[in-house]
Amino acid sequence: MPHLKRLLQFALLGGALALLAACDHAPPSWQLNDVRGHLPDLQFNLTNDNGNPITASDFRGKYVVMYFGYTHCPDVCPLTLVHLHLVMQKLGVDTGKVQILFVSVDPARDTPQVLHQYVNAFDPRIVGLTGTPAQIAAMAKNYRAAFNRDATQANGGYEVSHSSGIYIFDRAGHARLLGTSADTVDAITHDLKLLIADSP
Amino acid sequence: MKRKSMEYLAAVFALALATFISALESLPSPAHVNVQHGWIRWLPANLPAAGYATLRNDGNKSARLAGADSPDYAEAMLHRSMGTNGMDQMQMVDAIDIPAHGKIDLAPGGYHLMLMQPKHPIKPGDSVRVRWHLAGGETIQTSLPVRPANSD
Repeated sequence: MPHLKRLLQFALLGGALALLAACDHAPPSWQLNDVRGHLPDLQFNLTNDNGNPITASDFRGKYVVMYFGYTHCPDVCPLTLVHLHLVMQKLGVDTGKVQILFVSVDPARDTPQVLHQYVNAFDPRIVGLTGTPAQIAAMAKNYRAAFNRDATQANGGYEVSHSSGIYIFDRAGHARLLGTSADTVDAITHDLKLLIADSP
Repeated sequence: MKRKSMEYLAAVFALALATFISALESLPSPAHVNVQHGWIRWLPANLPAAGYATLRNDGNKSARLAGADSPDYAEAMLHRSMGTNGMDQMQMVDAIDIPAHGKIDLAPGGYHLMLMQPKHPIKPGDSVRVRWHLAGGETIQTSLPVRPANSD
């Protein structure tokens, strides 16, 4: 009789473990778009906002959140960078595992110096990236992040239409999630926490 | 004779009064628009900054915001951020209608005032003067607080 009880306990434990394993393999409930396998790994050769050459391999081991914009963008780029700043605050203990990259699609005006002041005004943990027009064009094409320079205005200024995408890569540099400037702080934070828990 | 001249004076006075009243009526009635909760998002390096506010129209007729300027910036333009097909872009806006007993919000991600080329150094904590121009000629003067870049 005690033998049978022991057997039943084992059976219950086995069932519970099987259930846990099944949960572990259930697809996570992402709030952003799952783009695993649909976008290339994080890869670039650019210049950071301190004026130094930098490559994607410098960020391996971090979860990377990448956004394309430009500094003469007073409304939607600040809105998105404020969202990412708030995401960093909400991540708590996981903050140090995440790196935000702001890639300029206006390299003609965005020198490392201007970019440095711009990203630091939002969050000193954001790294700004710029490069030659050819480098930026190749980078944007890689991630299907279109951008266009609009008509030059009377004062010589111009606007730049740019992708609203927020690209999230895992620690191995694989593209995992795609959000937009319209996604909420909570949605981005939720998915980053899930990603970190899923592949710590 | 005395009575006649009094009648004459009264007639002249009545005519003058009528002219005055009709002149008053032909003036455009003042729009009942006020500007609330305005602020400027500061950006470094003399970059263009965005101004935000709510314009409320308490009148019975719709009003129209036709533009704005600032003595603190060389140029100011009404803009609208638009997100379409995964692209964000800014468009110039000529005017924005404010419905009767309604409001418009100039807020992050939508309508905003783009302020270019500051005439003197501006930093968070300062105030910036903005003059809002309504179609019909009325101007509303405001002084808006400058907030840090990462203000929510």
